Amino acid sequence: MNAIVAIIRRDLLLAMRRKSEVLTALFFFIIVVSLFPLGIGPEPALLRKIAPGVLWVAALLATMLGLARLFAPDHADGTLEQMVLSPTPLGLLITGKIVAHWITTGLPLVLLAPVLGIQFDLEASALWVLVVALLLGTPLLSLIGAIGAALTLGVRGGGVLLSLLVLPLYVPALIFGAGAVEAHISGVGAGGHLSLLAALLALAVFFAPWATTAALRIALE
Amino acid sequence: MLTATDLSCVRGERRLFSGLDLAVGPGEWLHVQGENGAGKTSLLRILASLSPPEEGAIQWQGESIRELGEDFRRDLLFLGHHGAVKEDLTPLENLTLAAQLDGTTLDEATALKALARFGLRGREDLAVRFLSAGQKRRVLLARLAVRKAVLWILDEPFTALDVKAVDMLSGLIEEHLATGGMAILTSHQSMPLPNGRVLKI
Amino acid sequence: MSNRIVHWFKYASPQSFYPLAGKMIPLFWVLAAIFGVIGLWITFFVAPTDAQQGEGYRIIFIHVPASWMSMFIYLILAAWAGLGLALNTRLSGMMAQSLAPTGALMAFLSLWTGALWGKPMWGAWWVWDARLTSELILFFLYIGFIALQSAIDDPRRADKAGAILALVGVVNVPIIYFSVKWWNTLHQGASVSLTKSPSMAQTMLWGMLIMALCFWMYSIAVALTRVRAIILEREAHTEWVKELPEVKQ
Repeated sequence: MNAIVAIIRRDLLLAMRRKSEVLTALFFFIIVVSLFPLGIGPEPALLRKIAPGVLWVAALLATMLGLARLFAPDHADGTLEQMVLSPTPLGLLITGKIVAHWITTGLPLVLLAPVLGIQFDLEASALWVLVVALLLGTPLLSLIGAIGAALTLGVRGGGVLLSLLVLPLYVPALIFGAGAVEAHISGVGAGGHLSLLAALLALAVFFAPWATTAALRIALE
Repeated sequence: MLTATDLSCVRGERRLFSGLDLAVGPGEWLHVQGENGAGKTSLLRILASLSPPEEGAIQWQGESIRELGEDFRRDLLFLGHHGAVKEDLTPLENLTLAAQLDGTTLDEATALKALARFGLRGREDLAVRFLSAGQKRRVLLARLAVRKAVLWILDEPFTALDVKAVDMLSGLIEEHLATGGMAILTSHQSMPLPNGRVLKI
Repeated sequence: MSNRIVHWFKYASPQSFYPLAGKMIPLFWVLAAIFGVIGLWITFFVAPTDAQQGEGYRIIFIHVPASWMSMFIYLILAAWAGLGLALNTRLSGMMAQSLAPTGALMAFLSLWTGALWGKPMWGAWWVWDARLTSELILFFLYIGFIALQSAIDDPRRADKAGAILALVGVVNVPIIYFSVKWWNTLHQGASVSLTKSPSMAQTMLWGMLIMALCFWMYSIAVALTRVRAIILEREAHTEWVKELPEVKQ
C-alpha cells in the first residue's frame, strides 16, 4: 500500500515539474471541441444535439494523447525496469501509475467539460450527467489505454499505432457515455447508461492492470 | 548462491549463446566479457529475470528464480544501461522514492550521508537534470550503497565515471563482496578485485 | 494413450508441422471448391426470387457466411494466440499471424457485400445498423492486430504482444457488439434483415451454411499456405530449412 502511494506521489510530482505536457493535452481538448462548431455551424439546436458526442470524442482523443506519457518516459530512463524488478508486485505499481495518470489527464477533462458544455448550450442538469459520465468514463479510458500503451512501448509508429489499437476498444465507453447525456436530454433518463458504464469500469479495474502488467513484461524482454 | 545451467539465448534469429553454465557464491564476483553484440547484456538481463532464457534454468539459493519471484527480486539489485534515475527529481527524491517503491523506508539522514559520500553534498536538492553526466552516475552509486541487496548485477557500471568515481565504485564492490555479497558485471576495464572469475561469451 | 498424446505434440514444432501442412493444403482446396460449387448452385439456381428484394438479395449468400467467418476466425486466432502465450510455443503464434489477414479479408468482404446489398435495397451505400457497425469495428481490431505485429521487429515479442491484444479483443467483442446494438435500437436505426418468409428460410439457411463451409475450407487452405511461408521466413537460420528442396535451389 505504501508503494502505491509512493508511486502516485512520484508521478504527480513529475507531472507538476513538467506542467506543460499536462496543459498541452488540456488545450488540445479545448481546441478540438471548438473545431466542431466551426466545421458544422453555430446553430444552437444543432450544437445541443451534437454536444455529448463531440465532448466525448474530444475526451477520447485527449486521453490518447496523454497515454504517451504513461510508460514511455520511465522506459526511456530505465526506471520502468527497476519497477519490474522491484519486490513490490508490478500490478500494484502499474495501478498506481494509472491512477496518477487519470488525476493528471482524466480529472481535468471532467472539470473542464461542463464549462465547454455551456458553449454548446447544454442545460444544467445535462451538464451534471455529463460530469458523472466522464467521471466514470475517463478512468475506464485510462485503464484500457494503459494496455495499449504497454503493448506499443518502444515500438515504431508508437502514437498512431496506439490510437489504432485502442480507439475500437473505446467504442462502448463512447456509446454509453455520450448516450447517457442524450438519454437524459430526451427524457429517458441516464440511469441505464451510467450503470453500464460503471459495470465496464468495474470490469476494467479487475482486468486491465493484469493485461497491462503482462504486456509490460513482454515489452521489457 | 546463484547458479545457472545450460542457458541459451536467441535474439531475433541469432543464437547468441547456448549451453552456458555459471555459479557465483558469497564473496565472489563474475566478470562477463565479450565483444559488442556477443550477448553480455542479454545474459545479465536473463540472470536478473527480466527475460526468460530460450533454454536452461537459473537458481537462487537452490530454488528456481521463476518460482521465487518476489523473494529473488528483494535480494537483487540490477543496473542496466540506462541511468534508472528520474531527471526531473532531485537526488534525494530519487533515493527515497526508489526505496519506497521497493517497499522499504529510507530515512533522510542515511540518504544524505550516502549522497555526501559520493561527492553530491550540496546538490541533493537540485534536479538531476542539472547535474553533470558524471554526477548523475554518482547518484546510482549512492543507490548501490543504500539498497540492501545480496546480488548485484551491473551492466557497464563504470561508464561515464571519472577516475575518482571509478575508485569509489570499486571500493563499494569490494565492501559488498567482503560482507558476503555477490556481483556479476560487464565492463571493458579490468578490475583488480579479489575472488573474481571471468566468463567469456 | 500417452503415446498418442506425445504423437500430437510432435506436430507442435514448426519442423514437423511444415510437411504435414503441405500435405493437407490440397485437400482443403478441393473441399473449398466442392462446397463452393454446391453453394453457388444453390445461390443462383435453387434459392427462389424474393418477392420484395428481387435478385439482388442473393448477395447475402456471400455476406452472411463472410460475417460468420470473420467472427469465427477471430475466435480461433485468439485461441491460438492464448495457447502460444500459455505454452510458449512458436507455432501457435505463427498460426495466429497467418489467420489474421484472412480474417480481415472476411470482415472486409462482409462490409463490402453489406454495402452492395444496401444500395439497391435502401438506396444507401452504408447503413449504420448494429451488425454492420460491429463488423466495421471487428475489421479495425484485425487491422490493429496486423499493424502491431508488423511494427514489432522481434518475432517472439510480436507473437506475445499480438496474443495479449487478441485476448483483450476477444473479451471486448461481445461488449462492443452489445453496446452497438444498444446504440442502434435507441436511435431507431435501420436494420439489415433477411426475408421473413418461412418457406424460404430453409433453402437460404442451407445455402449460407454451405457457402460458410466453403469459406471455412478456403480459410484453412490459405492459412496453412501462409503459415508455411511464415515458418520458412522465421526458421530460415535452421538446418532443416536450409536442407529443403524448395530452399536449396
